[in-house]
Amino acid sequence: MATSAQSRIKSVSYAKYGYIFVAPFFIVYFIFMLYPLLTTFSLSVHGNGTVAGASNGDFVGLANFQEILFGTTKNHTDFIRDFKSTIIIWVGNFIPQLALSLLLAVWFTDMRIKMPGKGFFKVVMYMPNIITAASVAGLFMTLVGASKYSVANVLFDNSIKWLQTGSDMPAKCVVMFIQVWMWFGNTMIMLMSGIQGINESLFEAAEIDGASSSQTFWRITLPLLKTIMVYTLLTSMIGGLQMFDIPYMLTDNSTRQLTNLETVAIFIYNKFHAGTEASRLYGISAAASVLLFIVTAILGALVFYVQRDKDAIEKNRKRKQMIKDAKRKAKGGGFSI
Amino acid sequence: MSKVTYDTDKGGYQGKLLLKSILVYIVLIILTLICLVPIYLLFVQATRTSSEAVLGFSLVPSNNMIANFQKLGKAYTKYHGLIGVRNSLIIALSCAGLTVFFSGMTAYGLVVYDFKLKGPMFVFILAVMMVPTQVTSVGFMRMLTNMNLTDSYIPLIIPSIAAPAIVFFMRQYMLSSFPLDIIEAARIDGSNEFRTFITISIPMMKPAFAVQAIFAFIQKWNDYYTQSLVLISGNNNQMTMPMMVQYVLMTRNNADYGANALAVFISIVPVALIYIFLSKFIIGGVAAGGVKE
Repeated sequence: MATSAQSRIKSVSYAKYGYIFVAPFFIVYFIFMLYPLLTTFSLSVHGNGTVAGASNGDFVGLANFQEILFGTTKNHTDFIRDFKSTIIIWVGNFIPQLALSLLLAVWFTDMRIKMPGKGFFKVVMYMPNIITAASVAGLFMTLVGASKYSVANVLFDNSIKWLQTGSDMPAKCVVMFIQVWMWFGNTMIMLMSGIQGINESLFEAAEIDGASSSQTFWRITLPLLKTIMVYTLLTSMIGGLQMFDIPYMLTDNSTRQLTNLETVAIFIYNKFHAGTEASRLYGISAAASVLLFIVTAILGALVFYVQRDKDAIEKNRKRKQMIKDAKRKAKGGGFSI
Repeated sequence: MSKVTYDTDKGGYQGKLLLKSILVYIVLIILTLICLVPIYLLFVQATRTSSEAVLGFSLVPSNNMIANFQKLGKAYTKYHGLIGVRNSLIIALSCAGLTVFFSGMTAYGLVVYDFKLKGPMFVFILAVMMVPTQVTSVGFMRMLTNMNLTDSYIPLIIPSIAAPAIVFFMRQYMLSSFPLDIIEAARIDGSNEFRTFITISIPMMKPAFAVQAIFAFIQKWNDYYTQSLVLISGNNNQMTMPMMVQYVLMTRNNADYGANALAVFISIVPVALIYIFLSKFIIGGVAAGGVKE
């Protein structure tokens, strides 16, 4: 490739174009994302009328955080309830989703199973993911609605109150089911590309050695998929913390108050978006946003750690192996003499 | 295939595989039904009168679709299917265009040129890739209110110029499959930098552009959150498709169930059509580590 002289010339004469090409991105990012993010941080430490003695815009330190985390008001109880709901719904959707996706991914990549129409199944299973969440919510409202003739009520003989006022676990189960329905195809395709990245010869060797499908899965596929599975787990967690559309659509209805479905994202949204300008709790909302940001940042850092880990471990292993080999050689040499 | 030789050794190997294939197929067919039947049931509901729709479900379509369509226009004062589709199209198309063009441009800048801040800038892009929309939205709304930009399409469209995840994807794509020598060649032939980018690199990056444009389109088409934030007054002629669906669902208690189902069904059709034609691209894109969420 380029010699050092060439690259020096390049860096001297063309550097300014580099800045020009990346400028639009950074300008827009600073205005529409970074500035709002900093504003959120600033709002989170300012009063919004709920902190005693502080008028709008006064600096209140960490009072907003204290109120939502340890306070005695509705802001606190709502936040804790919504946080729990978010976690429950996420766990309840992720575990079955991962299990199902993994099973399908293994089947789809198993060369021994002849599977005409594989492409068709993949297309169908990914489809729910591209439908607007609002429409998906509407779709399931017609299927799981309050009418005693709705599909879910007929299937369960009207014994479970799925989406009625005050429903808790059944309503959460509906959201979990919808989330699995929407996302299992996506996760499956990601895991499939992970499995296809595993060295083919490992599977062949296992087959020749007479390993059964389940042995191959537990001993080869799963350990080698660990990185991509952790990646899926963390990105899904970040996505799960932002869950908004489906629970919001199912909650936001004049006839049904499904407060048990509210997530942290809905908490944030309701505090700064509902009602009139005067009644909006910007500070509370911003404090919840900052907490969400911190959790996401930790998870994001973990994603990077996992992603980077792979190469580092590989290098480490190789280095150790080399040292070992060198030692063994030295030893062996010693003995042979 | 080498397997054939084993088949004679292990009696029933082939039979076992056949059994497994049958099992796999049964599960796949059940899952396919779970994916498709809800949509079919919705279609059936959309063809029925409200009283039919309330009284349970059916697999046989009725004949009330046109009446439902007319009712949608009349009974729901804010619902205008065509206006919703038009507005969503305006937003999604311009966002998709801006996103791929400027992400491609940023990636090009980061790959082709050497400059001092290149490293830090890339690290910055990586770091902000996962900042959730919800976190910035409080400040975002404050800013829009101060700048008088609520109820405008500008804050829905312009921010798509800065899409960190897509810049990252484009950069990886360029690094793996873009010959930098061709840029030198273009320079020697006297092409200026922007012309090289537009006439040479964009055509060469077409596959990446196409996949990311499709994803951006679908994402923006579906983005209820930001749209409902920005279009705070919900003006009739500004509302997008997801907002219209939400409006119809909200007024559901005193409304027509058949018409409700039709409104939801209409909102699914455009995306479903796009998906049917472009499914290969889309699934390929996901497999290539495209975009989650």
